[in-house]
Amino acid sequence: MTSALIFEQTLNGLQHGLMLFLMAAGLTLIFGIMNMINLAHGSLYMAGAYVTATAAAASGSFAIGVVTGMVAAGITGAALEWLALRKLYARDHLDQVLATFGVILTFNELTKIIWGAQALFMSAPDWLSGTVEIIPGVPYPAYRLFIIGVGLGVAVLLRHLIVKTRLGMLIRAGATNREMVGALGVDIDRLYTVVFGIGAMLAGLAGAMAGPVLAIEVGMGERILILTFVVIIIGGIGSVRGALVGALLVGMVDTFGRAFMPLIMRAFLEPAAADSVGASVSSVSIYILMAIVLIVRPRGLFQAYGN
Amino acid sequence: MSRRTLVHLIGLAVLLCLPVLADLSGEPFLVNVSSRVLIYALAAVSLDLILGYGAMVSFGHGAFFGIGAYVVGILTHHAFNAEDIPFLPGDWVGTTMALVQWPLAIIVSGVFALVIGALSLRTRGVYFIMITLAFAQMLYYFMISLPNYGGEDGLNLWERSTLGPLDLYDEWTFYYVCLIALLGFLFLTRRIVTSRFGMVIRGCQQNETRMRALGFPTYRYKLTAFVIAGMGAGLAGALAANHTEFVGPGLMHWTRSGEIMVMVILGGMGTLFGPVLGAATLLVMEEVLIHYTEHWMVILGPFLLFVVLFARRGIYGWLVGGEKHDD
Repeated sequence: MTSALIFEQTLNGLQHGLMLFLMAAGLTLIFGIMNMINLAHGSLYMAGAYVTATAAAASGSFAIGVVTGMVAAGITGAALEWLALRKLYARDHLDQVLATFGVILTFNELTKIIWGAQALFMSAPDWLSGTVEIIPGVPYPAYRLFIIGVGLGVAVLLRHLIVKTRLGMLIRAGATNREMVGALGVDIDRLYTVVFGIGAMLAGLAGAMAGPVLAIEVGMGERILILTFVVIIIGGIGSVRGALVGALLVGMVDTFGRAFMPLIMRAFLEPAAADSVGASVSSVSIYILMAIVLIVRPRGLFQAYGN
Repeated sequence: MSRRTLVHLIGLAVLLCLPVLADLSGEPFLVNVSSRVLIYALAAVSLDLILGYGAMVSFGHGAFFGIGAYVVGILTHHAFNAEDIPFLPGDWVGTTMALVQWPLAIIVSGVFALVIGALSLRTRGVYFIMITLAFAQMLYYFMISLPNYGGEDGLNLWERSTLGPLDLYDEWTFYYVCLIALLGFLFLTRRIVTSRFGMVIRGCQQNETRMRALGFPTYRYKLTAFVIAGMGAGLAGALAANHTEFVGPGLMHWTRSGEIMVMVILGGMGTLFGPVLGAATLLVMEEVLIHYTEHWMVILGPFLLFVVLFARRGIYGWLVGGEKHDD
């Protein structure tokens, strides 16, 4: 029973971590290359979730929904970059924070106007709605396994993109020395828009994947955004590998904290108090993890390409 | 008389006469709105101390605001129910006395600022922004997970603080108490930024490496400034708890930190008086826009983007003209 529970929570942690990775990869690339802190990344996630839910309901196909959601988030992100955010690359981080804070307020309110304040719910497609017994006797939701598969697939694709392709070479070069890449005749502006678009699409994909698991509501973007920040602080800003390791760490610690902290506390306290203390401790567990990483390595676990 | 002195004098005169003006205009509820402005102005000025003078872009200032409010809320809660405070030794049942509540709010916020600052200041730049934000969110979720103190629903404050013979339920009295707190804090921060200590902080803003090379332990200086700012926000929080007679996790939500930061920038950072103008502008804008549409944020958001992109110097810089720092 206990080993089954641990196994199930490990998969949950993996799934949670890989969702965070989809967000963190885009955010960390945008930071690493444009030196830009983008709070609106969570809004793109939210946009992805809403568009996916709407398109899936309209077309009756989950796949069409996901693709529409991703493309919508990608286009929104690229348009946002082109219209407003590119003016901010040369500014200091404070300006970037404030401007993208303004973008968040706008997006949240627009979402309320278009979709209403009520949360949307979306169900997994039929072919993923059952459970799978990977280990006999431990049924696990197929949809969550699907998320794990998508997350791992994206990780492999991103690695290929960054290490093997020309675009990836430009991304690495851009992170190391922007001016030099520009001087060599690369259209830096377009590279930036493309990177921003890729990041936005990944955020949209994360939102689309989250649809059947979470309630789709205004504010969902900020919740995951702050977890994503924790991930990239732990992993090291600008490093995709760090984003993956950080995301898995945060996913595991968060999931295990929520599942087991009340149980552990029951060994010391009476059940009611244990549940409440356990819930409090688990709600701060990832921040404690972050603090520990910071004490040991103030710049995160992995170095970005640029440094 | 310089233009800056004139702006300050007019501002002070307006603040002193606001309740009278509100009564004359036949809209006495404006006194209540003005108290809110003063409270947020206090929080914004405290953020300006580290943001405008020390280049510490703290995105978690709402946390200290919330802690100050919760200290008042929790003490009042226990005093009202006459039950012991479980996490303190002894059998103290809390109090509603402002002279105990408010200093405690300041001290507890200061302690939290010390811990959060000590960890966050190990980093710089964008790490610092994200870490302060993450710690503030941690406290937000922590308060949500505490069912004894209202959890997500927050706590009603059954009684405003008692302050000697003063009746804090009286809008005018409350306004002037807030005004004294704000002016006192403005005076203090003004003294700080022109002192040797303040000069070191401002030196760090311009070139921290050089300050270190000059032999200043910059980490300690910055941490001290961070703690002072946290204490100021804690006092603002204590006042805010009294103002709304409610404390909830929403007080430390990250959008609150964002709002406070917007007030600083809108008013003009590194000016101390500017954030007061910024708080007034933002809150009055909110009050006015909400009359026209419940979706007022859809106007505020682009406005903010516009201010950042095109109007960097803030209202204060626009009023005063000339140099950025008023020294």
